Order: sequence, then C-alpha cells, then structure tokens
Amino acid sequence: MTPPQRQRRSPGQEPYAASSAAGPPSKDDGTPNPERLFVIGGEGGGERADIDLVTLIVARADPPVSATPEQAALLRLCAAPLSAAELSAYLGLPFSVVTVLLTDLLATELVQARAPVVRQKVADRNLLEAVMHGLQKL
Amino acid sequence: MDFKNSDTIPGPRTEDRLPHTAEAAVKIVIVGGFGVGKTTMVGSVSEIRPLTTEETMTQAGIGVDDNYGSASKTATTVAMDFGRISITDQLVLYLFGTPGQERFWFLWNGLFEGALGAVVLVDTRRLDVSFDVMGRLEERGVPFVVAVNTFPDAPRYPVAELRGALDLAEEIPILDCDVRRRASSRDVLLTLTRFLHSIAMKGPLG
Repeated sequence: MTPPQRQRRSPGQEPYAASSAAGPPSKDDGTPNPERLFVIGGEGGGERADIDLVTLIVARADPPVSATPEQAALLRLCAAPLSAAELSAYLGLPFSVVTVLLTDLLATELVQARAPVVRQKVADRNLLEAVMHGLQKL
Repeated sequence: MDFKNSDTIPGPRTEDRLPHTAEAAVKIVIVGGFGVGKTTMVGSVSEIRPLTTEETMTQAGIGVDDNYGSASKTATTVAMDFGRISITDQLVLYLFGTPGQERFWFLWNGLFEGALGAVVLVDTRRLDVSFDVMGRLEERGVPFVVAVNTFPDAPRYPVAELRGALDLAEEIPILDCDVRRRASSRDVLLTLTRFLHSIAMKGPLG
C-alpha cells in the first residue's frame, strides 16, 4: 500500500492572514520579539498586556478590598508562580479574558509577570541542554 | 462560573505548585489531527493532571462583514489541553496539544512563534490529515519532528518511504511512538530537543 504524497513548503511563504480576526491581534510579520512585554492590543481601543500562555504570574500582594471576585480569585491562585494558561484553566475563563484581567493587575502592580523564553534565531544551547537533562530524569 | 465566592475555586494541589524560584517557562507544541493522541501524550509525561484552556471565537469575528445582532452569529469554543514538566527549580516546560486546523492557532497569541519546536503526531491511517500542519510549520520556520503514534491496525511504512511520502528533509527526525507510554512520549520530546540542539550547533537559522 502506498501512502499519500505531500509537498514540502518553505519558510517565508505567506502565512495565513488572520490578524483581523477575533481575539488579540497576532503579530503581522510573525517575528517574535521577546523584549516587548507590553503592546497595545485588543479591540475597542483597550490596552492589553502581551501575555503568553506560559508567562509565569506571581501575586505581589493579597487581594485588596477593591478587587473584583475574578481578580481576587486570580490573585489567590498565583500566590505561587502559575502560568497564564493554568490560570485560564483553573478559573474556567477563556484565555483572552485572563489576559484582560492580568492587564489590570499588572497596571496596578498586584502581580508580577515573568516572561517566557521564546525561540530565537540562534537557539540557546544551554537552555536546550537543560531541557534534555530534565527530560532524561523523567 | 460564579465568582461570588472565589474561595471555592479549586486551585493547584499543593504538590502541583511551582516553587517561587521558577523564573521562566518554555513551551513545546504537539500538533495533529483529531483523535491522534495529543492529549494522551501530554498526559503521559505531564507532572500535573492535564488542564484545558479555552478560547471562544465567533463567526462574526472571522467573517469579512460583521453581521452583529444577527441570529446566524455562532460561537465556537476551541479547547487546548496542556501539561507541565519542571526542568529545574528555575525552568518549567509546558506542552500544548493543539488542534491541527490552523484557523484556531491565532486564538492563542504566539502559540507557535514562541515555542521551542513542535511535535507533529501522525496516524498512518490518515497521513494526509497532517500534511497541511507540516506545511504551515515550514512556512513559519517552526522546527518539528514527526512522531508516528503506532495504532495496532494502522499500516506500517518503512521510515524511508514515510520520509518520501511526507517530503521531509533528511535531517528531520521521524520516529515511532506509543503515546500511552511515558517513556515513549519522553523519547519523542528528547528527540525534538536533540534536533533543536543540532540546529543550534549549526549556528543562526535562516
């Protein structure tokens, strides 16, 4: 039996253009910029912090009395570091909603965000070696 | 969800909490068609019970015209399962099992752009389901390995034939796996990491 046949593609071909679709706008050129922690995003002119799924969030303070129930719940959850994806899962909220909540909490300095390590043009060998060693221990 | 009593929201179990020293996270994406075993793979290597993050998209958001208020507007919830592996006290690895349809990917900002790399999980009974995913990863310059989840009744192809059918460059690893087994899933991730390391040794990517 012969398997079906695919044709390879090359980098730089026009990626799917969905930047105007729902949710946070995606980066148009697809180039990651790890330095850029905050961007203007969202719809309706709202500012939204550039939160990755694996941005680690840590509470800097107990929930103030002025906190909304969602904010209070989030702050309790990340007493120890927790990724934004885990916050979304535990809170049962869409990731985009968590991003909005975190934008407010970052602005009021109630949480700290620890940016993820993203893929670079030149990958960090030490990082990859650490990942290999970590996986070998499993 | 009712947030009136936020004390009742179940958080991570004590043993699932990350240490305060955790300072950065990396991610690897596991991508493949429906039912190919992405979630099983995440679950077999994750130190936490797999969790789910959801995103909602509305038809109006995708369409060209915004027919807001229209009864035809439909919302689709897209779920993504993920797991976690603590690498060191400072570094955490997250694994995301992602739907193969690219129209969902933009829902999560930087899902692929920031990932170290990807695992394309394939089922030889439906090999062509993975073609588009591989093409998209190639276009975006996301390095990937191909893991063949060996279903008992699936056809077995020699690696050379599979490589030819998938039109994969010689350096891209292809390996068989049984995603139900922790060691097998771990080996897929190790193969990806070694592959990424070999790319790093060659210097800057194009």
